[in-house]
Amino acid sequence: MAITRREFVRGGVAAFTVSFAAPAFLSDLARAQGRSRRNLVVLYLSGGNDSLSMVIPYNDSQYYARRPGIAIPAASVLQIGTDRTGIALGLHPRLGGLRTMFNAGRLALIQRTGYANSSRSHFEGTDIWSTADPRSPQGNGWLGRYLDTLPSPVDPLTAWSTAGVIPRTLQANRVGVPSIPTIQGYAFASPNSGTDAQSARDSATRIASHLPVDQPHLAFVNASSQAAFATLDRVAQVGTYAPTVNYPNNGFALALRTIAGAMVKGVGTKVFWVQTGGYDTHAGQNPNQANGSYTTLMTTLNDGLFAFYTDLLNQGLLNDTLVLQFSEFGRRISENGSQGTDHGAASVMMAIGGGVRGGIYGTAPNLRGTPDNPTLENSGNDVHYETDFRSVYAKVIDGWLGGDSVAVLGADFRAGAPAMF
Amino acid sequence: MPAGSPTMQRRGDPIERERVRHGEHVIEHLLRRAGFGAGQDEIDDYLQLGFSEAIQQLLNYENIPDDVDQLIGTPGYVSVTARGEFLPRTVINDARQRWLFRLIHSRRPLQEKMALFWHNHFATAYSKISGALGADEGGRYMAAKPTEDPNQVKGQIELFRQYAVGNFRDLLLAVAKDTAMLVWLDGRTNVKGRPQENFARELMELFTMGVDTFAETDVYAGARVFTGWNLAHPSNAYFTFSYVAAQHDTTAKEFTFPIYSNGSKVIPARSADAGMQDGVDLINAVAAHPATGPRLARKLYQYFISETSEPDSALIVALANTYYGSGFEMKPVLERLFLSPQFVTAENRYARYSWPAEFVARSLKEIGWIGFSVNDALGPMSNMGQQLFEPPDVAGWDLGTNWFSSGSMLTRMNFASQLATNQKFNLRDTARAGRSSPEALLSLMLDRLTAAPFAREPYQALLDYARAGGAWTGSDAQLLVKAAGLAHLIVGSGDYQLV
Repeated sequence: MAITRREFVRGGVAAFTVSFAAPAFLSDLARAQGRSRRNLVVLYLSGGNDSLSMVIPYNDSQYYARRPGIAIPAASVLQIGTDRTGIALGLHPRLGGLRTMFNAGRLALIQRTGYANSSRSHFEGTDIWSTADPRSPQGNGWLGRYLDTLPSPVDPLTAWSTAGVIPRTLQANRVGVPSIPTIQGYAFASPNSGTDAQSARDSATRIASHLPVDQPHLAFVNASSQAAFATLDRVAQVGTYAPTVNYPNNGFALALRTIAGAMVKGVGTKVFWVQTGGYDTHAGQNPNQANGSYTTLMTTLNDGLFAFYTDLLNQGLLNDTLVLQFSEFGRRISENGSQGTDHGAASVMMAIGGGVRGGIYGTAPNLRGTPDNPTLENSGNDVHYETDFRSVYAKVIDGWLGGDSVAVLGADFRAGAPAMF
Repeated sequence: MPAGSPTMQRRGDPIERERVRHGEHVIEHLLRRAGFGAGQDEIDDYLQLGFSEAIQQLLNYENIPDDVDQLIGTPGYVSVTARGEFLPRTVINDARQRWLFRLIHSRRPLQEKMALFWHNHFATAYSKISGALGADEGGRYMAAKPTEDPNQVKGQIELFRQYAVGNFRDLLLAVAKDTAMLVWLDGRTNVKGRPQENFARELMELFTMGVDTFAETDVYAGARVFTGWNLAHPSNAYFTFSYVAAQHDTTAKEFTFPIYSNGSKVIPARSADAGMQDGVDLINAVAAHPATGPRLARKLYQYFISETSEPDSALIVALANTYYGSGFEMKPVLERLFLSPQFVTAENRYARYSWPAEFVARSLKEIGWIGFSVNDALGPMSNMGQQLFEPPDVAGWDLGTNWFSSGSMLTRMNFASQLATNQKFNLRDTARAGRSSPEALLSLMLDRLTAAPFAREPYQALLDYARAGGAWTGSDAQLLVKAAGLAHLIVGSGDYQLV
């Protein structure tokens, strides 16, 4: 459906309002729609992940030749075996937790994911991955379109963005997605107390329920407030969650902790969004140094994910959970003059969960920089894609969410998908 | 509004009252757009000037002394919170407070408005600068004023103030040499043989022509153009732009679009010493590129006129023509924009989604500020999605509807509550003029807060709140509760988020 967000704002408010049913009704709805307790956590590494520093072809001499300053020494990688073409692979030395998941068969690495004529622009690239439409990356996101296929009325906590914004991936026509970065801030304050505060909340709720069709921009803003009022009380319960492990004290890990809390408290959310930034490593990447920027990125990623994985394992929820990681592009193979890497093409996706058939999917690039090398593009400068990212989305929609990928993605991408569940 | 002010008295006659009201609405609209809203005193001042003169005063602010920073810490203005000494030249949270202070109190509101526009356009984040050079140095290159820095360092925001309504080509050149930008987009490491593409790509994609107007080969050529545009560190005292001839790639660079007015697409091979001209040539070319004027015009249209309808194509052409015709001067472009029928038309009032900085500054100007510290707005602004000096990436903030989600709307509502609570007594004093009935109080609050006219149902919800909790007496105790409560509800409403 090629309705842009702007067009929706102009014309779709009436349809939009059905997603906000009366609060008393909501928990029943959440339970009904939660027949399957399965949920999806989309993890976005923002900036363009240098997957050659994350999943390392440590026996490829070209890897060392083209990255004299930033290659990870073979001796330090965490070996995970070879892909089907026999290329030996290892994880970044800070990804010990991910190797534990890999060894448990719960981590799938999908190499060389991307699409033809990969955009090197952050913004266009992000839009393409969000909409799953490289030709016209406008309008709603691929998961937003999935949410739109759910039967009405859709519970307003069906999706949950832990970022301060609603990512395009989750933008939908009929479903308003709440952004809930912290539980503490997700409460309604008032200058007065007691009954006056209650009157204020009643009045604010009524103002927010005003969704004039002839003023779609006002309706849009009010609908955001309305989504807040419809979700406040259930979200507050998540604040009491006591995790089984200690999460690191950073935004990424705390967002994962919140997600685990929402799952354990059974609020009924099916799709979560979490992101962590800093992957635009043009300079000072220094993946070998303790304080190098890529080292820090991997530490944050690993420690947050491993706490989450362990917590869910302890809570018996790992089998219901799928984490799907992506980034807007990979990076150039050769390092630049700043101990960094510039914008490239294909990258690695990860899938983590109890239902995942772990392993190495797809093949690593051959890094020999000659124009006839089919695993590279752009005169041998960038990694060429092998697996269309939309086939991974198709697998997730069909095989995990129980949706119809052909309808959601607008075409059949099921062929070539990794057999990860 | 203060009872007994001249404006109030003039309103005795119904026809005169209507005329003043209409003029007042237009002036309020102008000040919300060209500035950050206004308290009643400011509105009265601009009303006296009339609409056209008000625009001239806003545009030609160089006649008005830039003395607002001297008012920080003096009575009668919004407060700041210092941790020890107040040091906006190095401490980033102090710089944020100083900027908020200026948004609220500057007598050159359009200069601040355009500085914010350029900050978003050339979006540079403090965290990368401080990560590379240290916390105080990061604050310095973002926000120091030359007059207060031992080495006369001009922080990036001062550049945006200097060129706020100035020449865009000159601003591009200054940005290309700006210390914070050279760190932010890694120009400082762009050297011959190992070019760094980051700045050249964003120069074309984000700062001028726009995505899909150039080829990857242009990025590679552009990166080579700026080789040697690095940083020096004189006396280990400060970082500053330096053209390092030995690091410049002297070979010719070919583009897919014209660089010179004769149509040539090739920047010729030059000696290393003369090679800095390469960058100047490319900046001239991208400023003059046919996609740049319309793209800037559309961004300005959305910033000043409307985000809820497609930009008027004839006006975009006119603004772009003014841009090219004036040699890339912004002041005539803005003058053309403010004097356009599209700017004043009633359909385009309340047709923009306020940025958090606009929302916070406007609510302080309209609710009141005596006894409030802008420090207490920093956390909420961050949760609304806009931490000043920390845009999310080089494309700037996601504007328009993207500001709004359930979480960010709650933060806006809660900021309104926090401010109304802080201003409870000031609000009660103002509210005495409306103590005769709940309707009178609500009418007074709506007038003061310049919100769009509320529809019947939300208006009724506000009135029901004003009436709730017992019989109306109009006592000070009741006004203390209800004036703050109404300010909270109005400023926290969806209507108020539109400017």
